[in-house]
Amino acid sequence: MNYKMTGYVIGLLLMFQSLFMVIPALTAIVYRESEVWIFLCVAIGCLVIGKLLTLRKPENKSLFAREGFVIVAICWIVLSLTGALPFYISGAIPRFIDALFESVSGFTTTGASVVPLIEELPKCMLMWRSFTHWIGGMGVLVFIMAFLPISGAQNMHIMKAESPGPSVSKLVPHVRTTALWLYGIYFCLTLIEFILLLFGDMSVFESLNTAFATAGTGGFGIRNDSINSFSAYIQIVVTVFMLLFSLNFTSYFLMLKGKLKDALTSEIKVFLFVVATAIAVISINTRAQYDSVGDAVRHASFSVASLVSTTGFATVDFNLWPELSRTILVLVMFMGACAGSTGGGIKVSRLMIFFKNAGNELHRMLHPKQVRCISMDSRPVEPSVVRTVSVYMVCYIGIFAVSSLILSLQNVDAITNFTAITATLNNIGPGLESVGPTSNYLFFSDLSKSVLIFDMLAGRLELFPMLLLFHPSTWKK
Amino acid sequence: MNIIIVGCGKVGEALAEQLNEEGNNLTVVDTDHNKVDNIVNKYDVMGVVGNGATHAVQQEADIKNADLLVAVTGSDELNLLCCIIARKAGNCKVIARVRNPQYSSEAVYLKRELGLAMVINPELDAAAEIARIVRFPSALKIDTFARGKVELLKFRLPENSPLAGCAVKQISAKFHSDVLVCTIERDDEAYIPNGDFVFREKDVISMIATPQNAHHFFRKIHYVANSIKSLMIVGGGEITHYLCKMLERDNIDVTVVEKKKQRCAELAERFHDYTIIHGDAVDQDILLEEGVATADAFAALTNLDEENIFLSLFARNSGNAKLITKVNRIDFNSVIKELDLDTIIYPKNITSERIVRYVRAMGNSIGSNIETLYHIIKGKVEAAEFYIRENSAIVGKTLSELKFHDNVLIATIMRDGKAIIPRGSDTIELGDTVIAVSGHLALHDITDILED
Repeated sequence: MNYKMTGYVIGLLLMFQSLFMVIPALTAIVYRESEVWIFLCVAIGCLVIGKLLTLRKPENKSLFAREGFVIVAICWIVLSLTGALPFYISGAIPRFIDALFESVSGFTTTGASVVPLIEELPKCMLMWRSFTHWIGGMGVLVFIMAFLPISGAQNMHIMKAESPGPSVSKLVPHVRTTALWLYGIYFCLTLIEFILLLFGDMSVFESLNTAFATAGTGGFGIRNDSINSFSAYIQIVVTVFMLLFSLNFTSYFLMLKGKLKDALTSEIKVFLFVVATAIAVISINTRAQYDSVGDAVRHASFSVASLVSTTGFATVDFNLWPELSRTILVLVMFMGACAGSTGGGIKVSRLMIFFKNAGNELHRMLHPKQVRCISMDSRPVEPSVVRTVSVYMVCYIGIFAVSSLILSLQNVDAITNFTAITATLNNIGPGLESVGPTSNYLFFSDLSKSVLIFDMLAGRLELFPMLLLFHPSTWKK
Repeated sequence: MNIIIVGCGKVGEALAEQLNEEGNNLTVVDTDHNKVDNIVNKYDVMGVVGNGATHAVQQEADIKNADLLVAVTGSDELNLLCCIIARKAGNCKVIARVRNPQYSSEAVYLKRELGLAMVINPELDAAAEIARIVRFPSALKIDTFARGKVELLKFRLPENSPLAGCAVKQISAKFHSDVLVCTIERDDEAYIPNGDFVFREKDVISMIATPQNAHHFFRKIHYVANSIKSLMIVGGGEITHYLCKMLERDNIDVTVVEKKKQRCAELAERFHDYTIIHGDAVDQDILLEEGVATADAFAALTNLDEENIFLSLFARNSGNAKLITKVNRIDFNSVIKELDLDTIIYPKNITSERIVRYVRAMGNSIGSNIETLYHIIKGKVEAAEFYIRENSAIVGKTLSELKFHDNVLIATIMRDGKAIIPRGSDTIELGDTVIAVSGHLALHDITDILED
């Protein structure tokens, strides 16, 4: 382990964290809220510690796969811990574990909240919550890499560990330019949504918050009823953008380069097909509950988009829907968004590889000598990728099982437990029953909350970095 | 510059490392997923898996916006096809590695008809380097500037040399020689010396001089500069073939030891005057019988690195020959250096250095730009040759008036075909060729040597 380099990157991260806190501080100044000092103090604290850690650039700058995983995992923990401080110090969230839950939920773009009355929070706190979504969506280390060269050539290990999807590829030769492109596309899409939202019945503050939360596919609302009390226009805009942010960003890059044919990958086709089918079935299933077909379709599409993109906004309490619709919603929660998007979940491409592999193996039982390969978009998928996907699924189930065991200690009903873990491990936010879209996570015990915090981090970083933190050989000399 | 490298073998990797360090946008292509992954993980480059000679893969590597494509796969035909397709698909310069002597002897035709910018034959380049060393054995390494009029020589100062204990500024007074010391390597450190720097025994000195002056200087410092009369070569591969051809006119007694009978016959047919021995050189008796103890030079050029190193060690123990060892793998560079084996030839480094030199020159098509570039000490010090085409801050002033960076040295000014070892009162004029040695890397233009 290159500890010096790890410390150096954490220092960089803290300095960027202090920069991020300028945004809520500015909000506090605009709305004349006293919390501005809290943000400034925490920011200065981060800056000083960050500066101390980066005073001396380590001579040995080599980062291998191991350092990549560890740096990403530790950075996200540090990010969440420092991000929780403003909530805690200001007293907006009185207990530290709750503040940490809120902060982790923000950075991992989960959007599960422990705040019962959201409208009572100061505006700067709301802004901080939404902004953590925006930073966490595309990845904070990718953000740093877009502006600073961390270690020359070996940034790829960090990028691989932080970016979602079974295999990560660059858009352009340099990591830095790739990161700039990704953030450029991300920023522009956010800006377009912000402008479109302004045309509806949202104020600048509300539009900005909603745009941040949609872009990161986070889902922290600014009202207790999430998006319900906004106009149909706003709901449609948010639906469209939730889906847009759950597509692979590489496709946007290819579109900008005029390669439309390459941009429409099989992953996106499958994703859109599943979304369309889910919307159709749920619309029919819930038709009786609404006045018009239009309303039914609007609410169905919003909910499906919200859960499949792992955002977690709500326009209706889908907890009250018929069992078929509820089951479909839970199933799309597992699928999640496309690889290389800001969304969470298992990812469409990973499931595709997994099922193709399963199909192949079934074939092989009938024809033991047959040679079959897995391909996506008519190119072969490397066996190492297939293997990692299988391992991912096993780890996923493992974490899920252990988490539900621990959560069951609290004696809450099984559906609540099950969907709470689903909603945190896939970075969605709301689940069903007691954690449905109108409720929150405050009632969980500290132990359960700690487990859910771990699940959120593990889910956002795609399991491996968090699991490897606990692997003994990671820390061996 | 946007550069595509097809083939991720050792040469491809060496190229990726060098060119990436100089800030180019690189895309590497190979059919082997693991090889591509290996390079992408180590260097900041993009990888494409696929056959680089297909249009689809080249398009994926963005051939349309590429400035240069370098094809360095193991197969000549693939490299050439790659270049032909790249010429049609994009608007870029192309470089191909072509090793088969039947093709590379047609390099001129290939370059003209297929529009190749450069045809590289690593074996031919390696042979040329060995030939230079055989002709002038005192040096560890010789590079030439200004079409051979100036040489950059690297040699190790022997024990009891009169030069040891001298300061650099005393050279011209004490030895009446016009040479310029560029760098000194001592205990893994590289120095660009000023006048007060004092030589020590075992220093590795790089200096620039005309061949006559160098000769004169070596005689003065009693540096053994025996010309080589007999050369023993082990391994009858392509390098040997080229080397024999190059040395045909020199009056050198060449013995080649080769394992395969067929190859021996081929060589014997082509080179009547040389002694071609059929036998396995690992058998020490054969070497002793053929006079390894008395040979002036010994070149181990088989395909096995380990065998070459052992053969050279054996030759060192049994005789007093100048050793030349070919090593294919670059990885154990530092360890091999410690064995003290005189000259090590890395054909792959020679190839990648030539391409890097070309890329540098390509990146500077305006102003006074680099004609030739050599690494004196890999990754630390390099010497670059500039042709002064247009006016700049540097032209017309005496060198003592100009403010240079630390670690920069104007080594030679070539004017009207004559080499001037510059002093403070000399000037750089339009039309001159200037050789500058620099300790901070990547000179791109002659003006880079000035302090900002």
